Formats: sequence, C-alpha cells, structure tokens
Amino acid sequence: MSIRTSLGIASALAIATATAGHAQDLSGTVTIATVNNGDMIRMQGLTADFNAQYPDITLEWVTLEENVLRQRVTQDIATRGGQFDVMTIGTYEVPIWGENGWLVSLNDLPDAWDADDLLPAIRDGLTVDGELYAAPFYGESSMVMYRTDLMEAAGLEMPEAPTWEFIREAASAMTTDNTYGICLRGKAGWGENMAFLSAMANSFGARWFDEDWNAQFDSEEWANTLNFYMGMMGEYGPPGAANNGFNENLSLFQQGRCGMWIDATVAASFVTNPDDSTVADQVGFALAPDNGLGKRGNWLWAWSLAVPAGSQQTDAAKAFIAWATSKEYTALVAENEGWANVPPGTRTSLYENADYLEAAGFAEMTLRSINSADPTQPTVDPVPYTGVQFVAIPEFAGFATEVGQEFANALAGQQSVEVALERAQALTTDAMESAGY
Amino acid sequence: MATKASRTAARLMLAPAVILLLGWMMVPLTMTVIFSFKRYLPMRGGDLGWVGFENYVRFVNSSAFWPAVQSTLMIVGGVLLITIVLGVLLAILLDQPMWGQGIVRILVIAPFFVMPTVSALVWKNMFMDPVNGLFAHLWRFFGATPVSWLSEASMPSIILIVSWQWLPFATLILLTAIQSLDSEQLEAAEMDGASPLSRFIYITLPHLARAITIVVLIQTIFLLAIFAEIFVTTQGAFGTRTLTYLIFQRVLESQNVGLGSAGGVYAIILANILALFLMRIVGKNLDR
Repeated sequence: MSIRTSLGIASALAIATATAGHAQDLSGTVTIATVNNGDMIRMQGLTADFNAQYPDITLEWVTLEENVLRQRVTQDIATRGGQFDVMTIGTYEVPIWGENGWLVSLNDLPDAWDADDLLPAIRDGLTVDGELYAAPFYGESSMVMYRTDLMEAAGLEMPEAPTWEFIREAASAMTTDNTYGICLRGKAGWGENMAFLSAMANSFGARWFDEDWNAQFDSEEWANTLNFYMGMMGEYGPPGAANNGFNENLSLFQQGRCGMWIDATVAASFVTNPDDSTVADQVGFALAPDNGLGKRGNWLWAWSLAVPAGSQQTDAAKAFIAWATSKEYTALVAENEGWANVPPGTRTSLYENADYLEAAGFAEMTLRSINSADPTQPTVDPVPYTGVQFVAIPEFAGFATEVGQEFANALAGQQSVEVALERAQALTTDAMESAGY
Repeated sequence: MATKASRTAARLMLAPAVILLLGWMMVPLTMTVIFSFKRYLPMRGGDLGWVGFENYVRFVNSSAFWPAVQSTLMIVGGVLLITIVLGVLLAILLDQPMWGQGIVRILVIAPFFVMPTVSALVWKNMFMDPVNGLFAHLWRFFGATPVSWLSEASMPSIILIVSWQWLPFATLILLTAIQSLDSEQLEAAEMDGASPLSRFIYITLPHLARAITIVVLIQTIFLLAIFAEIFVTTQGAFGTRTLTYLIFQRVLESQNVGLGSAGGVYAIILANILALFLMRIVGKNLDR
C-alpha cells in the first residue's frame, strides 16, 4: 500500500469518525408548547443557560393560555400532527397518552437527572406500566389557606388537619359584612369546580364510577358532598361564587375578602407575596379537610414536560427536558429569582433544602399535601380509574365539564341539588355509553 | 352588449376564483357530513368505522340539545330586538345636527371595534362582577344587594353584552338609510299637521324597512354562531349553552368528532331554515 493510499484511507477514517461523533452531538430545533404560567415564562427567559450547554440546539417556544394549549396539543397528538417536540401536559393527559403509545418513555434520562429524587406521588401519576412518560416541572396538591388574624378574632385555632365540620364552623365565625368565611371554586369546568368537588367528594366517600364503570351520582355520598358544599357556600361564600375559579378566588383572597380558601398549593406563594397580597403576613396553612373516612379532600397535579412519539428531535427534546426539570435548574432559578420562586412540588431534595424551607413558609404543608394524595387509590371504595380530582379517561374532560355546569347551576340557585345530581347521572351515563363502556 | 366570446372569456377568468371558493366551502362541509356518519374518536384510535345515523339520533336525543336550540334562538331574538329598536332611535338621534356630532358618532360606533373576547372580559370583570364590579358598587350605594349577573340573570346578561357589540353595526346601517330619507317629504307631512310619531310610523319606519332587513339578515347569520362571549363569561353554564357551544363541547372537550359533526349538520339545517324563513318574511323588502 502506497503512502498516498494509506493517507487516503487514514483521512477517510478520520472523516468517518468525525462524522459519527458529530451525529451523536445534539443539534436541531426543538419546538416547545407550554402554558403561559409565571414559572414557564421564567423558564423561557433562562433559554441562554440551556444554550450555553447545548449551543447547537435551537429552542422555539409556543406559549399559550392553558385551555388553548390543552386543545392544541391534544389535537396535535391525536392527529399525529407532529408540530411539537416537547409538550407541557398535566397529570390527566399523561396516563391516557402514555397508554396509547403517544409519548416517548423518559426512563433513559441521564443518571445525574436523578429520577429517584422525584416525589413518589408525583412520579406515580406520570408513570404507566413502569415507564415514566413525562418529567414534572412543578407539582401541586390543594390545602386550606386561612387568615390567621380572623381566626384569632373568631376565637378559633385551625388544626393542622381540620375536618369539614370545623371548616364550616370557622367559615361561620369568620363571616362579616366585608369578609366571606370561605371562598371555593364554583366556576363550571373539569379543571375548575369539578377538580375541587371531585377531591372533596373523595373525602365524603363518593366516587365517579363503581368498579364496573357505572356513574355514581345517585349515591348518598354525592348528595352529602353537594349538600354540604352548597350549604356552606350559600351561607358563608362570596356572591356570584358560581363564576369564581382559581383566579377569581385568588384575587378575592389577596384583597382580604376571604376567611379561608381551599385551593392549589402553588397559590401559597402568591397569597404570601407582599407585592400582590394585602394579607401576605396573615396567612396560615392546613391540610385539606376530611371526614374521618381515611381520605382528605386534596388533589394532585403536575405540569410536566413530555416528548410526543412523532417527534423527529427526540434526543434534543430529552436533553431540554432533563435540563428544565433538573436540580441544577432549580438552583439556577433560586440564584436569579430567590428560593421562594423555584418550581415547587417535584423533588424530595427541595424539601430538604434549608434555604428553601426558610424562604417558603408553606413548603412543609405543600409536601404533606402532595404526599397524602394517591392517584392510584383516590377514593374510600375501590375504583377502576386513576386520578384524584379527575378520571384518567379521554371522555372525562367533556362530561365532567357538563357535570360542572349542572353543579354551577345549582350553586347559582337555578336548580336543586337533587336535579343537578339526576342530570349529572344521566349525562355521565350517556357519555359512557357513547364511549362504549 | 356582451358577445358570446367575451362571455366565455369572462367565465374562464372567473373559473379559478369560483372553484377555489367552492372548494373552500365544500371541503369542510363534505368532511363534516362524512364524519357525522362515523364513529370518530381521536383519543380512542380515530376512525372506528361507519355508524349510519347513530350520531344524529344520539345528538338530538341528548338532554342538552333542545335547551341549546332554545338558548340560541333566545340570544338571536333578544339581540335583534334590542339592536334594532335602539339602533333606530340612535340613528335618528345621530342624524340631528348637534355640537360634537363627529365625536359622538365615533363613540357610538366604537364598541364594534372591540374584540368579542375583550368586551366579554370587560363586562364580566369590570361591570358585572358581584363583588368588585361597577354595578355591584352602584347597587350597594343605593343600599341594594348586588346581583350576580352572570349566574342569576345569565341569559339577559349575555344578550346585553352581545347587543352592546352589535348596536353600532345596526346604528350605522340605519343611520345611512335615514340620511337618504327625502327631507321634503317629512317637511310636507309636518306642514300637513302630522305628529312626530305619525311621521316616524308612516314615513321614517317604512323607509328604514330595507335597512332593517339587512341588519336582521346579517346579524342573524353571525349571532347563530355566537361563541366567544359565552366561552369567556359562563362557559355554557346557567342555561347559556347554544348549539355552537354544544358542538364545541362534543368535538373538542369530549373528543367525539362524529357526534359533534352530526351537531354541525343540525346547525347548518337550523341556519338554513331560519334563513329561508327570514327571506320569506322580511327578505321580500329587498325585492322592491
């Protein structure tokens, strides 16, 4: 072999090796669909840090309002549209989409990402048959947020784990001309009033379906749940509560108009932020109420990042997800924005971090609430579905919103609880038959 | 006079536009009709085969169907009544010579430029909110209990919001019609001793008939598809779920494309029945 030939072969080998090496480098454009929540906007602002590590990956953001995002990503994945490489989805979508084979497994994320550090309840909610299909960006449960000054003035002391009876008693004691004893979701929607009422119903022993998928709105437990809710809201709730969702109640609480508010744990940082809340230093926290039946009325949710099965940029998308949901990302946010603003509710290590625990007075109650929710066994009696405040089947969003409308009508005084329950039973049964159950 | 050749040339030149427009209309319409005969569930494997008229039967037998039709007709009727009555009065008022007429006209027309979602949000949060809304403050000022407008008087509230948006359109059309009214005719009637009311009933109103017909026809077409205002304010609760909203729920929220498509076909039929009815009753004004 001549020198020239040898050099030629050597050069060819060198080029081939370099090309192979280059192929393993991560590059390309990753299109991310996400929700316009503050935490996600912050993530978008930190793109430069990601690009410092992965200069060849371009991130393209599609930031949408929650309802629009849901519709866009659902349409995209159901029609195999392939518009997005990373989707921000909730705990409701992950089990359904994972089971359909529409998501890429994230079991192979790097060891340094530390999957074992994820909070077990959150991780379980995103896992189907042992495969993790989405990485949690932030997680939440629900808990009682209450005004410590009004409690004191009423001569009551909030237990760490109150009962519903105590909540009603406290609501009565805290109601004045300017303050409503309790603010709860009433706005119709599967993610609005039905999220709250489904979680509340769990603590009353009610459930959406029995083990044979028969709707259960004709049960005594649902009647008890709804009568208690309507009674308490009618007497001590704000006017027009049937139009109040998370944002409306947040605004009322921040204005000092609510004695108690039972809602998402992420709201804790908003109501204790002196820039936004007039009652920032007078807020206490307690676990969501129960009825002594072994289940509390709190839910479980995580906004998570997932890769749709049709993505052409799977590796780059995974690299982005590993970055955005890592411990290092949390530290990066803490460095830029302070510990109280880091995405909460996903990792055990965050709740062992002294800096975070000091900055976020609500951290311990948030963790206890998240850990006390079990999406695999959400109710007192057994059920065939997973999900605490939802039923993880595709049809749920549709019929639960309609049930929510019936309950909102009842809260607005347009129909009785009995009629609302009868209609809920009929339309749920109809929807389930239509879906082939 | 067009020759045979020029007519052929005109047809040829128009053909691309006509074909494009027909396609634009026919493709979604045909797909809706096809889907309506299928069990099409995107979240459960997509197209699951033909089911005949099952979706039609199911849609019309659902407890939500007739209330939705009723709500749709109530909104259309309510908004038409308010916008035409107030539109005529406003048009007459704006036709009078007055100081700052230009600014007043712009102010009256302004709501039409506001996006439906924005106006619905403004009405919901700034006016109708039972705690912080302007109406609640007014009610409290006079010692009354604030009304939860969107839940206690949901239908009138929606009609009010939509009327506010469509009133400028009606006013504008009616104002241009009034401006074309021959003033000599009115003066003659006045000299003959006709009262203002008689002049309005026997001269102005008949003159406005054609403009009113146009308002009724155009508004009906748009109001049958009303969606944004309901989505923003009540999300279909409190008896405000229209046929369009029900179809949205079936297709996008319940992910049942077949059932929603059957609803879409019903909506087309309803719109055509209404259009035929309108053309027969009021549309004859256009022939004159």
